[in-house]
Amino acid sequence: MTMLKIENLQATVADKPILKGLSLTINPGEIHAIMGPNGAGKSTLGYTLGGRPGYEVTGGSVDFAGVDLLGLEPHERAAAGLFLGFQYPVEIPGVSFVQFLREAANAQRTGRGEEPLSGGEFLKLAREKAGLLRMDMDMLKRPVNVGFSGGEKKRAEMVQMGILDPKLAILDETDSGLDIDALRICGEGINAIMRRPDKAVLLITHYQRLLDYVKPDFVHVLAGGRIVKTGGPDLALRLEEEGYEAVVQETAA
Amino acid sequence: MNVELTLPSRKDEDYRYSDIEALRGVWPILPEAIDLADGEEGSLQIVETDAAPVARRLAITLGRNAKFDLRVLTAGPAYGRIAIDVRLEEGADFTFGAAQLATGRETLEIVTEVTHAGLDATSAQIVRTALAGHSTGTYLGRIAVERGADGTDAEQSVRAMLLDRTATANARPELEIYADDVKAAHGCAVGELDANGLFYLTSRGLTPAQAKRLMLQAFIAEAFTGAPGEAELSAAAIARLEAIL
Repeated sequence: MTMLKIENLQATVADKPILKGLSLTINPGEIHAIMGPNGAGKSTLGYTLGGRPGYEVTGGSVDFAGVDLLGLEPHERAAAGLFLGFQYPVEIPGVSFVQFLREAANAQRTGRGEEPLSGGEFLKLAREKAGLLRMDMDMLKRPVNVGFSGGEKKRAEMVQMGILDPKLAILDETDSGLDIDALRICGEGINAIMRRPDKAVLLITHYQRLLDYVKPDFVHVLAGGRIVKTGGPDLALRLEEEGYEAVVQETAA
Repeated sequence: MNVELTLPSRKDEDYRYSDIEALRGVWPILPEAIDLADGEEGSLQIVETDAAPVARRLAITLGRNAKFDLRVLTAGPAYGRIAIDVRLEEGADFTFGAAQLATGRETLEIVTEVTHAGLDATSAQIVRTALAGHSTGTYLGRIAVERGADGTDAEQSVRAMLLDRTATANARPELEIYADDVKAAHGCAVGELDANGLFYLTSRGLTPAQAKRLMLQAFIAEAFTGAPGEAELSAAAIARLEAIL
């Protein structure tokens, strides 16, 4: 069965059309990268799939492992196995990561009819995933993202992904704001958590450098709200060398 | 201490937003006196979670270097009024943390008058109000610094969160200062839960009600931080939040 099948997706933000007939199929075990210039609709794609209020679907369909994704509320999408990594993770003063993630993990489990994790089980899981991302457990006792550097926020996103154990991760510019070491740690984290035959990843990025660590099976170019070109990992290298404009124009011609 | 015998009307500034009909049922309000001698320390926790209307007035005097910690949770009454008058002598310290949680057509109000009468006294007030449905939540807070009460440090932080557009929050912070060397930091805001935060939490699998409850829990916790009965206050607040969300 396909993991994600997006067909002719159209979406508007504040009545402005952003996605204009986007189609994309992702199978289990695959890693896809979506690249494209600013304003192409990359983040809109992530938010629309995550169900963010204000991102209105005006046409098309999205099937997520046999379920109509667009008919689900954001928390139901999470329980169904979707994880959205934020480009700008939100700070939530007064709420600790540990408290929030335990409630979130257990809300998902309840949603799937599974037993909730005990406090001890959860902490063990959190410690293991924090270790993968070389993040100190003490940081997870702090309020969500408050006072975290850009790199720490992105690593914390990956720790959350590890704990929540999704089927499909959509990672929106996880590489932005990362230094070289943090980029490698995040890349290795993505591989460790998500590179499995029953999971899939959609990486949204501007740059080729994250793809050095997380090798994509497919690279797509998003421009003007549509996927205008699809290729293998070499397409990312060509984009880096020639720029989006040249590649997009070549397609139009 | 005077007991007001005539039922006030809404023309009276201190009862401007009160539910006068509900007030009639509990009128007159007998003041409860709390007097701390020089150097004495004390604390009090008021938790009103019954549905019946309630109106209380505390008249507190703090002697030299006396310390008093007062926490209030009003979460349940159809009408709840907590009025507090505090008078601080030299070096006295008053800590006040209060949360009001309302839904339906409930009307809750906190009215404070904190008078700094001596040198170097400190007071800190934190009031957090969360309002759902057609409820009304009010904070009227007056800080008076008398002539000669130099070295006063009076803080006031007042925030209200509207969970529905049909709820009403009123806030009237007042400062009346007759001394020269005074620190009086005050902040007052009425808002809604951060939509980005809510989406972030629900995208991780929390239901909308769980996400709101978590954010409100943090919002209210600010009023109870450091209280002797912090855990008990938080538990009572969470129980009410779960009921109104």
